[in-house]
Parts: sequence; C-alpha cells; structure tokens
Amino acid sequence: MNWKIRRFGQAIFTVWAVMTLAFFLTRMMPGNPVDAFVARVGPELDNPQEAYELAEIYMNINPQDPIHVAYVDYMASMLQGDMGMSMSQNDSVAAIMAEAIPWTLFVMSWAIFIGFAVGISIGALMAYWEGSKFDVALTGYATIITSIPFYVLALVLLITFAYRLNWFPTSGRRPEGVEAGFNIPFILGIIHHAVLPVFSMFVASGVASLTMRGNSIRVLGEDYLRVARLRGLPDRTIAVQYIARNAILPMYTGLMIAIGSMFGGAVVLEEIFTYRGMGYYMIQAVRARDYPLMMGAFTVITIAVVIALLIADLTYGKIDPRAGNEDHDAF
Amino acid sequence: MRSEDDSTTTNESTDAAGAPGSVDELIPDSGGSTDDRSDATVRSDGGTVDTDSPFETTSTVTETRGDRIDRFLEEYIRTPWSILRNDWRAMVGFAIVSFYIIVGTVGVYLVDSTYPAHGPQMVGAFENWDFPLGTTSAGRDVLAMTVHSTPSILIMMASGAVFTIVVGTFFGVVAGYKGGIVDTALSTITDVFINIPGLPLVIVLATLLEDWINNPVTLGVLLAVAAWAGLARAIRSQVLTIRNESFVESARAMDLSTRWILTKEILPHLMPYIVVNMVNAARTIIFAAVALYFLGVLPFSDANWGVMLNNAYHAGALYRPSAYHWLLTPMIAISGIAIGLILLAQSLDRVFNPRIRARHQDVGGDETLEPDAEDDTKEMMNV
Repeated sequence: MNWKIRRFGQAIFTVWAVMTLAFFLTRMMPGNPVDAFVARVGPELDNPQEAYELAEIYMNINPQDPIHVAYVDYMASMLQGDMGMSMSQNDSVAAIMAEAIPWTLFVMSWAIFIGFAVGISIGALMAYWEGSKFDVALTGYATIITSIPFYVLALVLLITFAYRLNWFPTSGRRPEGVEAGFNIPFILGIIHHAVLPVFSMFVASGVASLTMRGNSIRVLGEDYLRVARLRGLPDRTIAVQYIARNAILPMYTGLMIAIGSMFGGAVVLEEIFTYRGMGYYMIQAVRARDYPLMMGAFTVITIAVVIALLIADLTYGKIDPRAGNEDHDAF
Repeated sequence: MRSEDDSTTTNESTDAAGAPGSVDELIPDSGGSTDDRSDATVRSDGGTVDTDSPFETTSTVTETRGDRIDRFLEEYIRTPWSILRNDWRAMVGFAIVSFYIIVGTVGVYLVDSTYPAHGPQMVGAFENWDFPLGTTSAGRDVLAMTVHSTPSILIMMASGAVFTIVVGTFFGVVAGYKGGIVDTALSTITDVFINIPGLPLVIVLATLLEDWINNPVTLGVLLAVAAWAGLARAIRSQVLTIRNESFVESARAMDLSTRWILTKEILPHLMPYIVVNMVNAARTIIFAAVALYFLGVLPFSDANWGVMLNNAYHAGALYRPSAYHWLLTPMIAISGIAIGLILLAQSLDRVFNPRIRARHQDVGGDETLEPDAEDDTKEMMNV
C-alpha cells in the first residue's frame, strides 16, 4: 500500500517536472518564445501593452510578472486544463488536444495489442519448434526487421499498399463524405484508415516474438517443468499454465517500455500518414513555431504515458502475485 | 574504448580468483579460495586467509613483464578473436560497421561533393555511371550526398552513445551502490526521464534550443537525453546485487575509498553489459536522429540521410516511381548500419557471456540464429 502511494507520488512528480520544464523553456531560456513573441508582435500593435496581454492569452505567461508570480499563474492555469491558445490553428490548445487524443489512443492501443498478441503466439510456436526451418526463418526475419526503423517501414508500406496497390487511403483518419457517428460505413472507414499505421507499428515490433521465444526456451529447461511432466499433467495444462504464464510475465516489462516509445513513435507515424492525432499536431506546431500548441502536445503526450505506466505498474501485482507487496517496478 | 575495457577487466580476473583488493602484484593462481578455507586461522586483519595473504603478496614465481603481456594478449586479444572468428555475425557486423567508417573517412575524399545542377535531373539508379545511384530533382548526386553525410552521422552516433553510457552508468552505479538519500534522489531523476516519451522531448528541446545545436556532437548529446534513463535503471538493479557480493564487502572492510570500489570493483563487472548497450544506444541514436531530420525538426546545414528522406518525401517520391532511388538510398543506408550494429551487439554478447557461447558449441553450429539476451532485445523496442 505504501508502495502504491509512493508510485502515485512519483507519477505526480513527473507531471510537475514536465510542466515546470515547459515553463522554464517557454519563459526563461535566452531568446525564449515569450520574449520573441512580444518582440515580434509588439511593434505591429497600436498599443504595445497589448502584446503582453496577448502573450498571456496565448502562453499563459505574462512577461511583465516576476518569475515566481508567472510560474504560479502558469501552473494554476495548467491545472485547470488551460494550456493557452494555438497560434496557428486558431483554437484553444486544450480543445485541439481533446479532439486529437482519442485518435492517437485508438491507433496506438491497437498497435500495441496486436503486436504483443501476435508476437507472443509466434514466439511460443518458435520456441516449440526450436531449431526448425520455421524457427530459423522467423528469427532471422525478426532480427532484420528490428534493424529497420519503423518509419522507413511505414514509408515502404505506404508506397506499396496505398500508392501502388490502392488498397488503403494514403492519408487522413476518417472517411470523406460519411456522416460521423455509430454507423457501419463510418466505423469501417475509420478502421480502413487505421490499418496502415497499425500495421507498420506491428510489423516493426518483431521484438515481442524474439523475447517470447527466448523466455519460453528458458522456461522449457526449468526443473519444475520436468516435475510437471513426470506428474503426468496434460500437455495443454503444461503449455498454458506452466510455460505460457511464466514466459509472458517478464514481457510485461517490455510492454511498459513499448508504451513509452510507441507514443513517441506516434509523432513520426502520424506525420507520415497525415493522421491527425496528438503527434501530428505537435509536428505542425513545430513547423509553424506555434509554441503553445507544441508545449501543450508535449505535456499531454507525457501525461498519457505517465498514466499508462502508472496503471501498468499498479496492475502488475495482480498479474504476478510474487510482485504484490514488494518494492517493485514493472519496467 | 578497447584499451580502457582491457585495463579495467584485468582486475576482474584477479578478483574472481578469490583475492580481494586486486593488489597489482598478485597472480591469480597463487592462492585459490578453497585453500583459504581449509586452514582457517582467525587473524587480526579479520580475514581467514592462509599464509599467502594477499596483503603480503607472496608468490613462488615472479611474473615477468613478458608473462603479463602474454597473459594480457591471450585473455583480451587472442581468445576473443578466436571466438569472433567462428561467429559469422561478428564478422559480418564488423565488416558492415568498418565499411561505414571507411566510407565516412576515406570515402569522403574519393567521392566529390555534389551541388545543385551537378548533373541532369532525376536520373534513375544505375542508369548513368557518372551518377551510379542517380540524381535528385535538383540534379544533385545521390551517392555523393549519402557518402558525405556519413561522417556527421557517425560522429553524432558516437557522441550520443558515449553520453548515454557515461550518464547512464554514473547514475546507475552511484544510485545502486550508495543507496539511501542519494539513491532516492538519483532514482527520482531517472524515473522522470523514463516516464517522459523520448522523441517528443527531443523535438521540444531541439526546437527551443535551436541556436545551441549546431554540430553533430551536441546533437548526439541531445538525442541521448532521451536514451540514458533506461540504462541507468538496468545498471542500478545490477549494482544492487553486485554490492552484496563478498569481494565488494571485503573491499569495504579494507576501507578502500568509494571511488575505488565503484571504478575498480563494480564497474569491471558491468563492462560487458555496458559495451553491448553502447552498441544498442548507437542504433537508437541514429534512428532518432534520422527520424527528426525526416520530420524537418532539426536544424541542418547540409544534406544527410534524414534530410534526403525529407526532400524525397516532399518531392513526391511516394507516388513518383522515378524518384524511388532517392528515397530508397538513405533507407538502405540507415538499415544497413543498424543491421551491422545489431550483429555486433549480439556477437559481443557472445564474447562476454560464456553461457551463450557454450550453448552454441553444444549445438555444433547447426542452429545459426539464437535469441540474444533478454535485455538486448528489450533495448530494440526503443525507437
């Protein structure tokens, strides 16, 4: 229980650190966005004072306030969910993010889920047929695929399946000219648009199968497995309850790392597929030097990862009873 | 890199032979730990060592300088070499990485740099032997661009990998060994960095610190900011187990300084892990760097693989088959060096890890592909 509170505190600390970093970078670096904004906008206005007010509207930071006052104001408005105004999208950052989050979560969760489900099954089969042609071929494939960056794979898939074969749309996240809502064409259209992003993440994650294969082979050599066989337990019980369970448990760790890196990877992926999620807006913001939107997207992505890791950490004890009460980190 | 590794691991071998403190003159086979226990007499130094006390350094045969050099060569050059020679991955991995290094050093002088309107526009690959890999829409030579971006990529990779290793190892070793408040402080920092998704953090920093990132070295360091935390965490947990080993305990009992214990006792044990991770970190850095150049986030002065991808992408190479060579060349360049680094990491793992080696000798070369250590594959997950 004590550990859970500490883990929770750590998550809050991380979010605080990121927000503070955001404040520091926006306000205090030499040539920071706030000063640059005032210097750029100020001369164009009739009343130079307005530039400061605009800066506060856009970035939640009034350049005239002393640093500590500005900091408290900034944190207060962030906590209220006010992340400022986007300069390029003409909307509040919070609104843009709220609209983008579900799409990113949709693609990423499917990519992670499919990647691990398929990886675990294939890894188990590879371990079962260790040394066979199937095993050697797939291990080789997984090794090579891990050395190709996922964005290169995404580009290749995009060229092949979208531009050459026309099986999938080349960009976008939802079908054109279909009414949004719970109707079959819309849902199918969304899935149709999500296939390539999910698939390129999935193809790139051959790692899961390699890890699963290694774990299974290690479990296969354990003494308790020999005992289980000697006890005459059915193969099915051995495969599911002894091998699979013990081989999958350590992979929870890999899953944790995958969540973090996939959210990071989403930035690149959404840009390639012009999939309007959080990452896409972040890159658009960087291109337009739209600092409020960029920092907002960064903060939201970080919070999403922190929450995902927190949930995973807290549930690890449920999956692995041995880790229940100890000082334990899943990743 | 190589020599540093060697000198530190020399101590490891003496430690392993049961002689705490790694006194320099001590030869490993002078007194094994088994004899120590047989005629145990409790003495004032608190140890139960026999008369061949490591504190008095007695040996029947003096080891000459020649012996030392010979032993050194045997242990660190000849044995690893014979292991590597029988391992196709090591050979291929070394060959690929050396190829990139040669291209990055010698190749730059052999291939002239290119400029807009250097040749005709959009020549395909292998059509014109003046431009073997074709030209871009501005008439620049793709081969020359690829070759000339290699040095900066290699420098970036090296600086990023070294930074990752140094910071990660420092945080991990100190936090794991010191414990208490130091551990809490360092671990908290590490956890914060683990929780922050790497690529977005680097994008934000690169955008805001644009003026300071003007050479490959600082860029490599910037990219490593997102990569060191995982290593620190892994090393910390390894140190937590090592610090309770008897040789560390005896070093503490001998009142050796913390710095000595960390650098001479603990670090050598982590060296294999660190070297393998350094190779993996190098790959992570390259992937991230090229991704950011491709996104057009990083400031750049001259073409490199990521910038080429970006230009080709914006020139519509996705739907123009005539521009495929422009897109494919940097892709192959990145994947090639990544394959080299992966094979290198796997083979180094084998040199350091006798168990993996033994398993392979059992099989008798029948099975050529083997999963690497779990930590190794986990690292690959990182973008």
